[in-house]
Parts: sequence; structure tokens; C-alpha cells
Amino acid sequence: MSATSPFRRAGLVGPALLVVLILVGVPLGIMAWVSLLGRGATIGVDWQSAPSFANYTKLIWEEDFDGTLLFNPTYLSILWRSVWQAAATTVICVALGLPVALWMSSLSRGARDIAVLLITIPFWTNLLVRNYAWLIILREDGAVSKAANAVWPFGPVQLLYNDAAILIGLVYSFLPFMILPIYAGFEKFDWRLLEAAYDLGANRRRALTRVIVPLAMPGIIAGSMLVFIPSLGSFVTAAILGGGKSMMMGNLIQLQFGQSRNWPFGAAISVVLLALMMLVLMGIAIWKNRQERKT
Amino acid sequence: MNLRRLPLTREISLAVLVYLYVPVVVLIVYSFNANRTATVWSETSLDWYRKILVNPSIRDATWNSLVLATAAGIGATLLALAAALGMKSRFRGAGLVEAVLNAPLILPEVVVAVATLMLFVGIGIDMGLTAMIPAHIAFCIPFAYLPIKARLEGMNPSLEEAAQDLYANRFVTFRRVTLPLLWPGIMAGFTLAFVTSLDDFLTSFFLSGPGSTTLPVYIFSAIRAGITPEINAISTIMLIVSVALVVTSFLLGKMRR
Amino acid sequence: MTNAPSAITVQSVSKSFGRGDAAIRVLHDVSVEIGAREFFTLLGPSGCGKTTLLRLIAGFEELDSGSIAIEGARIDHLPPFQRPVNTVFQNYALFPHLTVAQNVAFALEMQNLSAAEVRRRAGEALEMVRMGSFAARKPSELSGGQQQRVALARALAPRPKVLLLDEPLSALDLKLRKEMQIELKQLQTEAGITFVFVTHDQEEALTLSDRIAVMQGGRILQLDTPRTIYERPAHRFVADFIGEINLLDGQVSGPGRVRLDCGAEIAVAADQTPGARVTVAIRPERAALAQSGALPAEVTHAAYLGTATILQLRLANGAPFLLRAASANLPEIGAQVSLHLPSDALQVFAA
Repeated sequence: MSATSPFRRAGLVGPALLVVLILVGVPLGIMAWVSLLGRGATIGVDWQSAPSFANYTKLIWEEDFDGTLLFNPTYLSILWRSVWQAAATTVICVALGLPVALWMSSLSRGARDIAVLLITIPFWTNLLVRNYAWLIILREDGAVSKAANAVWPFGPVQLLYNDAAILIGLVYSFLPFMILPIYAGFEKFDWRLLEAAYDLGANRRRALTRVIVPLAMPGIIAGSMLVFIPSLGSFVTAAILGGGKSMMMGNLIQLQFGQSRNWPFGAAISVVLLALMMLVLMGIAIWKNRQERKT
Repeated sequence: MNLRRLPLTREISLAVLVYLYVPVVVLIVYSFNANRTATVWSETSLDWYRKILVNPSIRDATWNSLVLATAAGIGATLLALAAALGMKSRFRGAGLVEAVLNAPLILPEVVVAVATLMLFVGIGIDMGLTAMIPAHIAFCIPFAYLPIKARLEGMNPSLEEAAQDLYANRFVTFRRVTLPLLWPGIMAGFTLAFVTSLDDFLTSFFLSGPGSTTLPVYIFSAIRAGITPEINAISTIMLIVSVALVVTSFLLGKMRR
Repeated sequence: MTNAPSAITVQSVSKSFGRGDAAIRVLHDVSVEIGAREFFTLLGPSGCGKTTLLRLIAGFEELDSGSIAIEGARIDHLPPFQRPVNTVFQNYALFPHLTVAQNVAFALEMQNLSAAEVRRRAGEALEMVRMGSFAARKPSELSGGQQQRVALARALAPRPKVLLLDEPLSALDLKLRKEMQIELKQLQTEAGITFVFVTHDQEEALTLSDRIAVMQGGRILQLDTPRTIYERPAHRFVADFIGEINLLDGQVSGPGRVRLDCGAEIAVAADQTPGARVTVAIRPERAALAQSGALPAEVTHAAYLGTATILQLRLANGAPFLLRAASANLPEIGAQVSLHLPSDALQVFAA
């Protein structure tokens, strides 16, 4: 067919593009601007205030009564928690996802499809519901808590409202995103080749390092992106399983737009979150580039 | 010698499946517990299901969720269909356009939600369905776009040529050949967009106004208020609906094969 | 053919793909007249421009320059759905969501015929290709050969003035291809319309065509009947592309004489400037073994084909030579023989 004319193409692609630009692009631009403004009395932002980086410095330093800047670790600790929680979630997902993907690929054709279905069903369930289920299991007067307290000799055990609870919830929320891409890499591979190599005297460890890990690598990278990015920006898990105590950046942002009514500060945290995300994406892109050049 | 059966992979996999399903089972079991203090099991009952059926806030929230998801699903699917058709032939900047269309997939939802809140407050749009529907359409676009695009790319380009060769003009070619062939992709796109909107909590949380609470927003505030068997019952229903959807689409996919 | 108006007139057609420096010229100033009810074949290796020329006639590509007319009326500005031509696609392009009958009825419905007329003509077209009993099937339930027949019926049902066929037999296995060749030829005679057939298979082209245009590099090198193209190729490329041929390099030594690189001097019918480098071509079946002759050779291999035997020979300079001989009284392998090259069987091309 003769090529689509530019006008026709603009007419077709334009509406969707405009909707995303106006409802996602423009708001992000506004947010970047608001992050430089001051806090307002009624609606959370003072549009007339002079732009400054005060909201960003506030993340690290606190202004004393006489104007000297004091180091304030409160916000930095939340930033730090977001990063390490997301990183830990990713590592645990790789550790669990790799063996599961390997096992799935060893099943018969029909069993594989069912295994994929079993892995995806929880992912189709509402995120709130998934995290709420853990709230029931880990709650103070629940069976698991009682059992833990009965076994643990050194005082009461609190399973809920801490970093561990958030980690369990994050892994639970995003594990399928790791399993499926790794499995996709295994599924295409002709395993008889490896079995032949094994026949020819390659030992199991070499099979693992030479074949399985390289085969899983693209899936691990894709899965890591799919797990790390939403974990970093997650809100629901920490809101439900972290209580008010263990916050992540998402919760801090929500707080600024909720109770604290400090939109400019919330916008600044959002910008920092976006910047962190971009850094990770760029890191992965550079790493991938170098990998490709190696081969 | 099967090398995929490395030691422990089976055990770890079974443990992971237990990890994935124990919370689900616990949730369902407790929804049938007659006792209000969720910890104590007294007897099996359907009381909580009866209660949520007559609870007007839950009914309204469910209705809002369905209205929103239907509007967002249809809106996003139409926009995505047009965009996918326009992106069929490569052109300069196609990569950038595609990146913008798919941006909602990767941007943290909490950030986009608060940013949209600022835009709507800035231009004076009231919170509620009028704010939620466009916002939902925007973030559902990639979910509808990707399956339609995939279907379009898998389509034999000679089929459209054949239709035109057989005297069908552009419009008739689209209606009689392109559209029927794209239909599974369009349905998949709509389903994904619909479910994504139905499941959404954050955007609705920031943009809902009085009277436009959606089911996830209702559940969230109920969870904040404390664990109650009603939440278990709603969650169980939502879970069953989701599972039914996934299993149906899986079986349909099998049949088509 | 001489009195009937041309079915298709292609005049000075050029076509490039891409823009600016990256543009690739796929057709250079191509002109051709195709007669009514002619079985016309565009033959050439892949990338020679034959499919592009077909797609230009169908309307799937736009001309850069030149014109295309059908029965004298220009059609090159018309979209495909307004051109009185139909196409049989290489991969058949049957609509997978429609039944065989619906596929064949597609164009008839577009022509706003009555429902009864659509049914009647679709049925007729299916009967013509002996697929009437498959009307309710989906294309995916048919074999390759059956799909091929449905594609033919679909394209013939609206009774186009010209049928365009884009390598329609290339996906079939050899036996089926031979059968379909015969059917195609019969269909063309029955339907009485012009066929423009694209192929890279020279044997297919020779078997089916009234005339063949041999294309290379976006140009028509030779346009003639299969017999002339085979026996009197106008270019070294045509000679080499069509059938088996021996190409012997040499130098013109005098009027009507060429000294081959193997040392022998032979008589040729063509007049070339003395001293010029030339290539002498001869078909394996036109050369003969002789008692004594100017061209000595050694038998290296023999392939028995039943009615004939192909002898592989080696000339004095080591160049190979194929000879098709009757299967009786053959020399042994390793024997020294002499070749006779009749001058009327030789084609001489400037190097």
C-alpha cells in the first residue's frame, strides 16, 4: 500500500498523543515548576512566590531558628529506604524467579501453560487486595504472630508495620514481572543442545554458568526494570503494611498533597523520584549497550 | 539427564506457589467467618456478603468504578486504535512518539497522579468523574495500544492490498478486512485498559471528589479504618472476578489455537 | 494479436524507492505493450524489478514517471480499487476470517451485484477451479494447492480485463507446480483474458508464456517468444539465465572467425570487428560429437537422463563444456573427443 500521508498519520496518531501530552506531559512540567515555588495558604501552592531551590535543600538540611542549616536525615532516610527496598525486592525476585522460571521450562507443554496461568492470576488481582491479604496474615493477633512469639524467646515480635513487612508485600506485588521475562528466555531455547553438551562432558556448574545464566540475563535485566521501577515509586504496600512508621517516597509525596498541604515540597520529592528512575534506566541502557558490544 | 531440573528448583517453585496463594486462600476463608473480630473463627456464614450487597456506599463505589472503567476502556481503546493505525508505516520520530504513548507504563503513578491533580486545580476542574475519566484514559492508552499494535504488525499487509485490488475502497477495506482481523487485538486492548482502570487506586484516590469514590478507594479507606470481614468479602468478589477474566481469556486463547 | 488493441501499454515507467541519496532505482524507463488475451511473463532474478512493475500495474505503488494504460485508457492515477485488474498474490492473501465462498464473492459484492448474481458467479468461479465442494471452508483448512485455486477463483470472479499473477506457484512443491502450470494455461484460454505472470523460474516461463520479457537491474533486456528467447538470446545474461548454455570466451580473428581461449578457431555467423573480445554461446543440445574437428575435449563425466545423456567435457584450456547427446554409442569417460559447433547454433556477444 502506498505510504500513509503525513496528514492522515497526524490525524490518527495526534489525538492519543495529545491526550498523553496534555494529561501526563503538561502536568509533569507544572510539577517541575511548582517544585521551585513556595507553599500556599489555601490550595497548597503560592503561584506568586519567587522560584528557588528551597524545597530541594529541605530534603537534606533543616533551617534553624537563626537561619543556620542543620543536617536533617528524616527525608534522606525515606529516600534511602525507597532505594534499598526496591533493590532488595529486585534481588529477592531474581533469587526466586530464576529457579521458578527454570522449573517452569522443564514442564511439559500443557503444564507450562498452566504454570504461567498460576503465576499470573495473583498479578491480575487488585494490588490493594494483595497487600491487604498480607495485613491479615501478619497482624498482631494473627496465627503467624502468635506462633512467632511462642517460638521467639527474646520478647515480643512485631511482624507488621516494619521494613520486612514492606519487603514481603513488594516481592509479592511484583514477583510475576520477574518470573515471566526470564521464563520467556528459557522457553525459546532448545534444551537438547545443553543436554548434548552435558553428554559431551560439560559439568553441571559449567552448564549453569555458561548456558543458563547467559540465557536468563536478558530476562533478568527486563524483569529487574519491571520490578525495580514500580517498587521505587510504590505507594500502596508501604501505606498498608508499613503503617505510618515505615514510609517510602510515594507515601511522602502523598503526605505532602494530603495532610501536610505542602505541594511544592511534594513536587520536589516527585522530581527527585523521577530523576532516580531516569538514572536507573540510563544505567541499564549503558550496561546493555556495553554487553551488546562485547558479543 | 534434565538440566532444567537443577537441585531445589522444584522445591523453591512450590514454595513460591505457596507464597503466592496462601494470602489469597486466607482472604477467602476469612470472608466466610461469622465472627466480627476477624481473628476468632466462630462459624461459616455468608453474612458479610449479604451486608456488602445492601451497603449503599459499596454499591455506589462499584457503580462508579464500572462507569469509570467502561469510559476509560472505550476512550483509550479508540485513541489507541487510531494511533496504532497511524504508526503502521515507519516515519522519522516514530520512536519518540511511541515512547510518549507508552510513558504512563513506566512513570510512577503517584507522581503522575499528583501532577494531574495540580493541573486540574490550576485550571479549575472539579474533582470527580470529570477529572478521573480523562486521567484514566491517558494512563490506559498504552495498555490498549500494545496489543492492537502487536496484532497489526502480525497482519499480512497483502490482505489490505487484496481487498483494494478486489474493488473495496479504503473505508470498505477497513471495515471488511482490517477491522475484523484486528478485532482480537482490539478486544484484548479493551480488556487490559478496562481492568487497569478498574484496579486503579492512586489516580482515583487523588482525583475523586465527594460521591465519586471508586471501589479501590473505598477499600483503601476501609483498610485504614481497620480490618473487617466486609473488606474480605469485597476483596474475595474482586478476586473471583479477576480470576474468572484471566481464566476465560486463557481458555479462549487455547481454543483459538 | 496485431489487430486487437493492446491490453496494457506501459510507457517509459521509472520507479525509485527511498529518497535523496538513499534512493534505489528499481525500474529504468521501462516500456512494454501487452496484447489482448496474451499470456505475458516477466522473468528475472529477484530484485530485477518484475514484481515492482506488476505492483505498479495493480496500483499498489505510485509511478515516478511514465504512464500505464489499459485498453488505451490511462489508469496510473487511479487507486487499486478502480483499476480493471485483479491480482493473485504470492502468498495468496486469502482473507482468513472469511470462508472460501465469501472470499470469492468479495469483489462481486463490491460491484453491487444482486445477492443471487453474486452467489451464481462465485459458484461458477469456484467450479472453474474445481473447488465448489470447499465453499464453506476457511482458508486455514485448505492445502497450499487448494488455497492457490481459491485465490485464482477470487481474482477471476469479477472478470477483470487483466489478471496479474505474482509468483503464484512458488510456494507449491514440484509435482503440484507442474499440475498447476497446465491448469493455469487452460484457465487463461477458457477465461480469454490477459495474464501478466511474474516468475523467476525460467522453465515455468518457457512452458506457459506467449511472450516473455527478461528483466535485469530494472530494465527489460529482451522481449520475445519463448522460442526466440531460448534460441536467439540477445544478451549474454539472457543466454545464461535461460536454460543450460556453454559460454566460451575468445577473440575475433577474422571475418566470421573466432579464436577461442582454448586454442581452437571456429566459424561464426556474426560479423564482429577483428581483435574484439567476444563470448560464444551454444546450447548443450546444439553441439555435436565429430569424428575429427577443430575443438578437442576430454570426457569427464556422464549423466544418463533416459532419452539423452549429458556429457561433461573439458576443453584444452580446462574450461568445462556440456553436451547433450543421444544415449547410444557414447564415448567412455576419459576419452578424447572432437566437438562440432554448427555456426547457425552459435550466438556471439561482445564481451
